[in-house]
Amino acid sequence: MKKIALEVNGKKVTKEISDHTTLSGLLRDILNLTGTHIGCDTSQCGACVVHVDGKSIKSCTALAADLDGSKVTTIEGLASNGKLHPMQEAFKKMHGLQCGFCTPGMVMSAVDLLKNKKNPSDQEIRDWLEGNICRCTGYHNIVAAVKEAASKM
Amino acid sequence: MASLVGSRVERKEDKRFLTGKGRYTSDINIANQTYAIFIRSPHARAKIKKIDTSKALKSSGVVEILTGEHIAQDKIGGLIAGWAIRSEDGSEMKCPANPPLAKDSVNFVGDPVAVVFAETLDEARAAADLVKVDYKVLKAVSNLGEAMNSEAIHDGIDKNLCYDWLLGDRQKVKEAFEKADKIIKLDINNNRLIPNAMEPRACVIDYNTASEEITCYTTSQNPHLSRLIMSAFGGVAPENKLRVVAPDVGGGFGSKINLYNEEIVCSWASKKIERPIKWVAERTESFLTDTHGRDHITHAELAVTNDGKFLGFKNETIANLGAYARVFGTVTPTYLFGPCATGVYIMPAAYSNVKAVYTNTAPVDAYRGAGRPEATYTIERIVDKAAMELGMDPIEIRMKNFPTEFPFKQTLVHQIDSGDYVAGLNKAKEMADYDGFAARKKESESKGKLRGIGVTSYFEACGIAPSPVVMMLGCGVGLWESAEVRFNPTGQVTVYTGSHSHGQSHQTTFAQIAADELGVPIENIDVVHGDTDKGTFGMGTYGSRSLTVGGIAIVNACKKIVNKGKRIAAKMLEASPDEVDFKNGEFVVAKSNKKKTIGEVAFASYLPGVRDEVKSPLPEGDEPGLIESSFFDPANFSFPAGSHICEVEIDPETGNVKLDKYTAVDDFGTIVNPLIVEGQVHGGLAQGIGQALYENAQYDDSGQLITASYMDYTMPRADDLPDFNLGFTCTKATTNPLGVKGCGEAGTIAATPTVMNAVINALGGKEISLPATAEKVWKACKEMKKSNAKAA
Repeated sequence: MKKIALEVNGKKVTKEISDHTTLSGLLRDILNLTGTHIGCDTSQCGACVVHVDGKSIKSCTALAADLDGSKVTTIEGLASNGKLHPMQEAFKKMHGLQCGFCTPGMVMSAVDLLKNKKNPSDQEIRDWLEGNICRCTGYHNIVAAVKEAASKM
Repeated sequence: MASLVGSRVERKEDKRFLTGKGRYTSDINIANQTYAIFIRSPHARAKIKKIDTSKALKSSGVVEILTGEHIAQDKIGGLIAGWAIRSEDGSEMKCPANPPLAKDSVNFVGDPVAVVFAETLDEARAAADLVKVDYKVLKAVSNLGEAMNSEAIHDGIDKNLCYDWLLGDRQKVKEAFEKADKIIKLDINNNRLIPNAMEPRACVIDYNTASEEITCYTTSQNPHLSRLIMSAFGGVAPENKLRVVAPDVGGGFGSKINLYNEEIVCSWASKKIERPIKWVAERTESFLTDTHGRDHITHAELAVTNDGKFLGFKNETIANLGAYARVFGTVTPTYLFGPCATGVYIMPAAYSNVKAVYTNTAPVDAYRGAGRPEATYTIERIVDKAAMELGMDPIEIRMKNFPTEFPFKQTLVHQIDSGDYVAGLNKAKEMADYDGFAARKKESESKGKLRGIGVTSYFEACGIAPSPVVMMLGCGVGLWESAEVRFNPTGQVTVYTGSHSHGQSHQTTFAQIAADELGVPIENIDVVHGDTDKGTFGMGTYGSRSLTVGGIAIVNACKKIVNKGKRIAAKMLEASPDEVDFKNGEFVVAKSNKKKTIGEVAFASYLPGVRDEVKSPLPEGDEPGLIESSFFDPANFSFPAGSHICEVEIDPETGNVKLDKYTAVDDFGTIVNPLIVEGQVHGGLAQGIGQALYENAQYDDSGQLITASYMDYTMPRADDLPDFNLGFTCTKATTNPLGVKGCGEAGTIAATPTVMNAVINALGGKEISLPATAEKVWKACKEMKKSNAKAA
């Protein structure tokens, strides 16, 4: 067991966790932030992507014990004061989601892309999102949503 | 008020999904819950000699361990095939028992034999490792082509044959073939696929010891049917003591149609241990135990004249059922496949013969398209081969054999009510710049690349109906759909549908329909589904049926509301009901121009008396309230159709196939929400392209699934796919009042043959099997180079 203190979506959190608790496990099972989804448990599908210290990572294979002192942002922390983030707005406008299961990870990845590159090309968007599997949309409208968000941010 | 049907309305469900507030089964936790881990067979075929749980039972936190012995003692029934298919000789199909936990024998890797319940997931896992199962391993039957010549895996099922089915007329086909100038022959596979909804299967069970009710939250496409099977065949609890809730479900694609072992076992066990139970599949379990799709071997022949007219078609197919026959397992390769195998063409004679066999692999069932992709792949590949052998253009040969008059009686079963196949193909040809292909090919060749173009024309039969016919064909239930429309006294509307959304957007499109029918703002309409306690019995969502069957039930229930509203309004407005018109949410008497809004009428319907201004608005014989339901059973399937064209560029040095352009032109009749329909097409295309180029479930000779992770099973990713170019034509369906046709599976059906026709076109007609992986294409390129050199 290890005691860790971190900031999740702007709130300070102190928890005692077991050594093998993953970040996704901490978020979902201990903090009840179930917006972060587990699609594969092996870093392949990207449904669990969150931001740690501003960078997107796959939370299903990050150990919570390693993240003492980090700032974590999840899909629940993206909207501010009830106003959707431009990426969330764009996914809605362009129908970039269907069943919604991959969506939190997809949105968190896409937000990080735009931090790194303001106006990515279609190919750059597709390359960046290669680590996030969506089975519903065929990615067409996800690419359109990221472009829409880029034009608004 | 402008009509909402036809508008690009943004989705009502999106806000919760985009803010992490979706509520999927694995997000649900119940106080005092235990955690389940299933112990599964590591062998494809074995006898269970002994299960020793003594050590595991002593492990920390273990609450209970149950096996097939326990389930047999409690007489809990197993999983069933939903359709009884007869063989050509009239004999009944043969199905093995499929107990929820195997007691005597296991028949595929992943077949569950026992389950551990413990206080924590870690403790359940640790205890599961201590359960000792002693197996006598038998030789597995994992090769489809050899299954009929292998040892029978189930007692009493000779040659592993479930049925040997025929649709069509062998004699007529023989006569047609005798008249042919040329017979085109084709041997193809339909690769085995794993649906891979992104949400792994899960269930959370809550047993109420006071009311003795079981609530089963589960990842299902049809909770009502799951409850029925669990009650009627499983004997878990009477239906009135069993509530099945499918909350937000993260994709299904057919894999969540079935009731599964885990739902029966956990529901039964929750009552036994008097504790809530949570089970969530790991991705590997999903790969091993979700129902798989496709897996056919087909020999097809097409009889043609020298000028490209089709005379007859035959199709001999072996279909893999996997270890057991499940709900749609037996109908997918028969009535959903055979009738569609003659495609969109006038075909004077045809038959489809299908032998469905058992193997020691995961059960195979409906996967997006279910039978129709397999059929379309067969006909569209052989039509292209015919064009090539006759030296005709692929578009020309298709045009030559299209029906031009509708209704069109298709060869084997279907009476297609409406369509315009010529218009669809012409539009696709124009949008794809078909005539510019030669120049693009030249340009690719100048860079050392190969370029191919592929065409497919398809029709789909979706929204299986009507019930009397489907039951005559062997279905165990009717395939109608229900709706209930409830007006609250204060004017909001709740619409319950018996279909289920797991990405299809019912909350939006069904609200659009109800808003138009009732003249109520869409914001005031809530669409509810997926909970057997909240609405009437429903048949769920699969086979592109939700709108064409379930949507129409909503229309009909709304019409009943309006009719009752007219009677009430007439009383309120002192007119007779036939003097009352309903438009844009208002009941109006033309002669006096007096009116009442539907909200006022709804309010009045709940107040059958006299007080202040309300004066006994209920006509004699009418009951209070404004709630109506409808069960809609369409007169026929709906028949969407279309033509797709794509171009691929192949690098002969690597075998890499780049999908360069993809054009889809579809006819879905009336489109309720273009934004959502486009999304359905995009997603379908991605899955069809996945089958053509990437996805392939493979078992080795011992029956081990060697593609049981995302490292081994290639899902299409964002960088594998192009932008899609979509177009639509519209001929309205005549079998429903909205004129709608199904749209969910079209992309999947058309994309696989379109892409493969393009790949094979690029390879100069050289056949390769599905999927066209870089390795296969590279080898084909090398052979092509060799034979070209020889020819030179």
